[in-house]
Amino acid sequence: MADLEKAPAEEKKPRPGAVDASGHPWVQAIRAALPDTVVSAKEFAGQVTVVVQKDAIARVARHLKDGQDFKYCVDVTAVDWKDRSPRFEVVYHFYSFSKNARIRVKCAAADGEDVPSIAAVFLSANWCERETWDMFGIKFSGHPDLRRILTWEGFNGFPLRKDFPLEGIDTGAAVYPEEWPEGGGPSQKDSNRKVVS
Amino acid sequence: MTDEKISQAEKDEAAYFAERAQAGAAAARSGTAASPEAHTLFDVQEMELNFGPQHPSTHGVLRLVLKVDGEKILEAKPDIGYLHRGTEKLFETETYPMGIPHTDRLDYVAAATNNHAFCLAVEKLLGVEIPRRAQLIRVILDELQRLSSHLVWLGTSGIDLGAVTPFWYAFREREQILDFFEEYCGARLTLNCMRIGGLPFDLTAGWTERVSEFLADLPARIDDYEQLLTDNRIWKKRTVGVGVISAEECVEWGLTGPIIRGSGLAWDLRRAQPYECYEELDFVVPTRQNGDTYDRYIVRVQEMRQSARILRQCLEKLEPGEIRGKVPRVIKPPAEEVYASIESPKGELGFYCVSNGTNKPYRMHVRPPSFINLQALPRLAKGHLVSDLVALIGTIDIVLGEVDR
Repeated sequence: MADLEKAPAEEKKPRPGAVDASGHPWVQAIRAALPDTVVSAKEFAGQVTVVVQKDAIARVARHLKDGQDFKYCVDVTAVDWKDRSPRFEVVYHFYSFSKNARIRVKCAAADGEDVPSIAAVFLSANWCERETWDMFGIKFSGHPDLRRILTWEGFNGFPLRKDFPLEGIDTGAAVYPEEWPEGGGPSQKDSNRKVVS
Repeated sequence: MTDEKISQAEKDEAAYFAERAQAGAAAARSGTAASPEAHTLFDVQEMELNFGPQHPSTHGVLRLVLKVDGEKILEAKPDIGYLHRGTEKLFETETYPMGIPHTDRLDYVAAATNNHAFCLAVEKLLGVEIPRRAQLIRVILDELQRLSSHLVWLGTSGIDLGAVTPFWYAFREREQILDFFEEYCGARLTLNCMRIGGLPFDLTAGWTERVSEFLADLPARIDDYEQLLTDNRIWKKRTVGVGVISAEECVEWGLTGPIIRGSGLAWDLRRAQPYECYEELDFVVPTRQNGDTYDRYIVRVQEMRQSARILRQCLEKLEPGEIRGKVPRVIKPPAEEVYASIESPKGELGFYCVSNGTNKPYRMHVRPPSFINLQALPRLAKGHLVSDLVALIGTIDIVLGEVDR
């Protein structure tokens, strides 16, 4: 097995890592339109990532949509950096048809903090934000309908958090002792039930 | 009837459908989308109707809570998540190559494109070059998968609207495609047919010839489907002017794939942001202008023809060579993040991959086209009749495995 793990020598070619993209025209345009919102910017594999202030995210989204023609909100999701502070990173992807390019916008949010919703700016962000709430427990303030979407209402926990166990949790969802008698039989609340004695 | 009468009847019919399509588009523009045949015979109070999750036309486990006034839909609320398996959580607990089989189970009628998008994301993170032969075979697998996915769509959405015949023809051809996949990788649906950096196997002897034979027949077969549906007046009555959406609204809702092309925007990731060797292939991005269910049908049929065209070119270009790039045995990408997307049969399928430098993805997020496209269903369904809802679920072409993940 030893030679299996040995990688061939020619694979060790250096690859350029992420570079600072503060001078990128899109980043500068955000800076010019909304001063003090951009925290940092980087570029990796041709993809521009801008980190902005959490409270300004809806304004940044509006600016990107109207000011820079990023009309299509591809995706909204989050990453749980368990040991970092603030804990979460909310990640947005926008696409511009005229530029034929994507931009990634991120903002950091601590556990329990609200992030302004962009569902009013992009209709397509509605379900994405619901999913992010469902999976990470990040609340989006101003969202029109922030309910769980993939798990059920009343589910206790946020599955994509790093401290959520892979094997799941006992939600007790299948058992309603007050409604369904133990050992089977009709529900106590069922008005049509027929009890055979 | 005499020939003149028949031709007059055909003209009348053409005028009728043109008017209907225009009325639908006008209603969509003014925001008062309503079925042209909606009328109130009885004064019925609003009621709530549960549609699914075990309804055959929902293509899986989609539940819709409808608020209806008689037959007219006032509001449709999708309720999803019945098929949620925590795929994104599973990605995080397994190494990069172990994630590929999970992607098969997302859009389970188009597993090859899922594998492809996943591999592309990791390859982008690693910065690997894919050998040319592997690129071509990937495109071949993708386009075969697109054909089979569109054939499933054609058959099932036809059946939803009462056109049972195309189903048997469409599934006959799909069966042949599945046989090709079976010969290539041993599986018919959950293919697991790509690897990070290339492909698991080379093509078997005679495979390309068999695919070429199939492709030689295919245009005539597509003509057959079109003969059954394209000018079929029942099919047109069920689809023309139903679920009209403009290109601007498509962008607003994030709709991609045949839906946005049916509304007149020629946006296809194979053309806009080419991956593998799509830039050197000659194909047309079919579009239509009205943005109704009928136009989306035409776009998908045209796409099948284009897929056949792409396949023929790829088979010609195939030359012996490597099928796997230089990928380390243990895949440990740099601690970075990338987003890679491809044009799946349903629209933009993207993977957002965050690495922390270990051999497991720190976060792997799927941007599924079906999930985002389904979001616009309430918008499309509003004002239509309950039976049109069946046409609309069909025209969005959702796969619940991908919606719920």
